[in-house]
Amino acid sequence: MGGFVSRGFTGRRRTPDELAARLPPGQYAESGFPVLTAGPTPEVPPDSWRLTIEGMVGAPQAWSWEEFAGLPFESVPCDIHCVTKWSKLGTSFGGVSLDVLLADAQPRGTHAMIHSYGGYTTNLALADLTDGKAWVVTEHEGEPLAREHGGPARLLVPHLYFWKSAKWVAGITVLDHEEPGFWESNGYHLRGDPWREQRYWSD
Amino acid sequence: MERLTAVEQRAPGAWQVATVASIRLETPRVKTFRIALGMWVAHLPGQHYEVRLTADDGYRAQRSYSIASSPLLEGEVELTVERLEDGEVSMYMHDVLGVGDEIEVRGPFATYFVWRGEEPVLLLGGGSGVVPLMSMLRHRRLTAPQLPMRMLYSVRSPEDLIYGAELGEETTLTYSRSAPPGWTGHIGRIDEAMIVRAAAGFTSGPAFVCGSNGFVESASRHLLTAGFPPASVRTERFGPSG
Repeated sequence: MGGFVSRGFTGRRRTPDELAARLPPGQYAESGFPVLTAGPTPEVPPDSWRLTIEGMVGAPQAWSWEEFAGLPFESVPCDIHCVTKWSKLGTSFGGVSLDVLLADAQPRGTHAMIHSYGGYTTNLALADLTDGKAWVVTEHEGEPLAREHGGPARLLVPHLYFWKSAKWVAGITVLDHEEPGFWESNGYHLRGDPWREQRYWSD
Repeated sequence: MERLTAVEQRAPGAWQVATVASIRLETPRVKTFRIALGMWVAHLPGQHYEVRLTADDGYRAQRSYSIASSPLLEGEVELTVERLEDGEVSMYMHDVLGVGDEIEVRGPFATYFVWRGEEPVLLLGGGSGVVPLMSMLRHRRLTAPQLPMRMLYSVRSPEDLIYGAELGEETTLTYSRSAPPGWTGHIGRIDEAMIVRAAAGFTSGPAFVCGSNGFVESASRHLLTAGFPPASVRTERFGPSG
């Protein structure tokens, strides 16, 4: 099948060479920031927002919005890749590294389930959440994160498809095994590496 | 969440070269492509296929399109595609692809925005968001015509109406911008009053909402007002897709 050519297709939206290398297979560059959510958008006022880390940890952790604001904040320039084919190149978020959040919790497991306000879940290996690869972010391009994009706070794991970057993040449960989250139970890949095009179960 | 392992086991998920069996013009900007598949599996209404185009120098473009047909259409699927300016896949499909041409596809995928026969069912479609809902409506007509299913469908103007000839008494249509001459039905966007009225007797089942982000945001908010639990409201929003 490698030799198939679509009759009369030349391609219109070609990405400039300097950006093309940053696009994983099957993705195209999108300048906007589309919204994709499985259900209604939850409303989470910052003063009732809490973030918890629990499960297989030495010391469960919890932060209020005010406490979270006191943690070391960093700017995260990144490219993001949605499984529905768009990528947003050269964007940025601001938040707190999972390395900071997990340090005091002393995780004893290998995997994590992320829980969101509204009931969404997604699973990740701890190895995909540590060593400067994941953040809980509250800003996008210098502005407070909009509610439809997960405000007040969402997970950011830019090296995996964007459904892993759970909006309205509420908690991280550390596990000693892998369990599928919401999309992962509904046909999507357990890990979701865009460079290996891990979109669906069968990939 | 119920897991549907049957699809995981039966779906090939692999790219295949399929053939365009027929093309129907739905509106000036929307066409339905009936595609004959060598590796066919029955889909769940609401699922999608991926389409991949390859130029002779290897450049590729991929997009996902909802299935419009019932899974009872054996060996084929219908994909209804809106022509988006600057959408390189949809423009190719509209302007170049012809009957008998080959096209690379794989599917069906995703098991969340799907109807598994639950009842009652409320469908809310905006514009070409009606496509996956039409698969549900068609499948219900063929398999369980008595099953309570109701659809609210909002289009801007008469020339944006998809599947117009197929809509029956289960569907309430509204024209958000301009209605045809002599139209005595709803005019204006789907609002809270319309949804509350349509939801009467339907809040014990799922609601499927598909359309633009703005449409889905307001429609799903009104569904909560009408008494649907948030977990019963399944949404699908268009990203920009082309």
